[in-house]
Amino acid sequence: MIETELSRSVQRWCKGATGVTGAAKLSGGASQETWRFDITHPDGAIGAILRRSPKGYGAAPTRAAGLAAEVQLMQLAFEAGVPSPRVLHVLVPEDDLGTGFIMQRVEGETIARKILRDEEYAAARPRLARQIGGILAGLHRLPRDRLPELRSRGATEEIAELDRDYRSLNWPKPVFELALRWLRDHDPGPSGETTLVHGDFRNGNLIIGADGVRAVLDWELAHLGDPMEDLGWVCVNSWRFGEIDKPVGGFGTREDLFAGYEAAGRKVDPARVKFWEVMGSLRWGIMCGGMMQRFREGPDHSMERAMIGRRASETEIDLLRLLAPRGS
Amino acid sequence: MQDEPTPIELTKSVADFLRNDIAPLISGHQAFKLRVAINILDLVTRQLTREEGSDAAEVARLRALLGVDGSVADLNRALAERIAKGEVDLATPGLAEHLWATTMDKLAVDQPNYASYKRELGRGG
Repeated sequence: MIETELSRSVQRWCKGATGVTGAAKLSGGASQETWRFDITHPDGAIGAILRRSPKGYGAAPTRAAGLAAEVQLMQLAFEAGVPSPRVLHVLVPEDDLGTGFIMQRVEGETIARKILRDEEYAAARPRLARQIGGILAGLHRLPRDRLPELRSRGATEEIAELDRDYRSLNWPKPVFELALRWLRDHDPGPSGETTLVHGDFRNGNLIIGADGVRAVLDWELAHLGDPMEDLGWVCVNSWRFGEIDKPVGGFGTREDLFAGYEAAGRKVDPARVKFWEVMGSLRWGIMCGGMMQRFREGPDHSMERAMIGRRASETEIDLLRLLAPRGS
Repeated sequence: MQDEPTPIELTKSVADFLRNDIAPLISGHQAFKLRVAINILDLVTRQLTREEGSDAAEVARLRALLGVDGSVADLNRALAERIAKGEVDLATPGLAEHLWATTMDKLAVDQPNYASYKRELGRGG
C-alpha cells in the first residue's frame, strides 16, 4: 500500500505532518506514474501530487528529459514566476518510493473540452492566448546556465527524426511525404538563439481556473532548441478540440499569443511559428501511426489504441489545410 | 458470393444492439470502453458502405497521375515515393485535387465529425 511509504516519507520532511490520506493513482504508463494524496497536517490538509518511476524501472525513453530534469525545471520555473506547482520534496532512497518527486497540488481543470465550453471558464477564455504568450516568454527566458542537462535539437534534427519515425512505420502516406518535403524545403535552420523549449506546451498540459492558467505541467519533453517551437505546437489544430478558428488551443488568436509574448519583451518570428505548426501536425500524425503499430504488435491490444491509429487522417486534412488550402 | 445479410447489415445490427440495449445498463470505465467499441463498429460500417466506390475513384485518379496500374496500396506507395524523390509536387496538375479527394473520403469514414472536415465539406469542393 503506497500510503504507508508516503506517510513515513512526509513525516520526515514536512514539519508537523502526521500521515497521508486518499492516495489515488491518476495515470500511469510503464515507466511513470502520477498519484494524488493529502498530507494530514494540524494546520489543515495539504493537497499533493507524486510523480515517480516505480522501483525497478530504469531510464526514461530517450526523448524524455527524465524526472530529475523535470523537477529542476519546475523549481526554476516556479522561482521565475512561471505558473508551476511548488516542489515539496525530491524522493530519496529512504522514501522507498522509487525515483521522482512530490509537488503541491494545484486545483483547476486540465480537460480541454470543459475549459473550452464550461461557463466557469467563460471569463478566462478570451484572455488565455495572451496570457500563454507571456508564460512562454518567461519560460524561454529561464537562465541557460541554471538549466539541467538537456538534449539539444533544432529544426533540421527534428525533420530527420520524424522522417526516420515515419519510415520505420512502413505506412506510405502521400500527404505525410508532402509535409516532410515541405518541412525540408522550409527548414529555417538553426535558431538565432537557443533557449529552453517546454516541448509539450498545449491544451491538456495546463491547469486552468476561472482566473486563467494556474500551472504548466509535463516537462517530460523539455529540451534546448528554437523557442518558436513552443508557439507552433500550441497552435496545432489537434489541440483546438473543434474550435478551429481559435488557433491557440481553441482559446484565441495567434495575434493575441504573439502580443503577449512581445509584451514580455521577446520577439516572435511568425514564419518559424508556422514551420513548427506544420511539424507539430505531422508529428502527432506519426505518433498516431506509432500507436497503431503498438496495437498491432501488442502487448497493448486495446480498442482505444486501435482507434488512435485512425486519427492520423485528422492530421492529413490539417496538413492539407496548411500546405494546399482550397480557394475559399 | 457470400450469403446475406451483408457485412454492413451485420455490423450495423450489432452496433444498434449495443447502443440501444446494453449501453443504458453500463456505467463507469466499462461504459467508456463500450462507447469506443460502438464507435469502431460504426466506423467499420461506414467503411464497408463507402470503400468500394472511394477506392475505385482513388485508383482511377492515381492511374491518371502516375501513368501506371496497380492496387490502391501499390499505387499509394508509388505516389509516396515520387513525392519523396521530388518528382511530383503541388505544382503537378491534379496532385492537390487528388490528395484532397482522398483525404475527404478518409475523414468521411474515420471522423465525420472532425471540425476541419465539416468546414471543408461546407466548401463543396
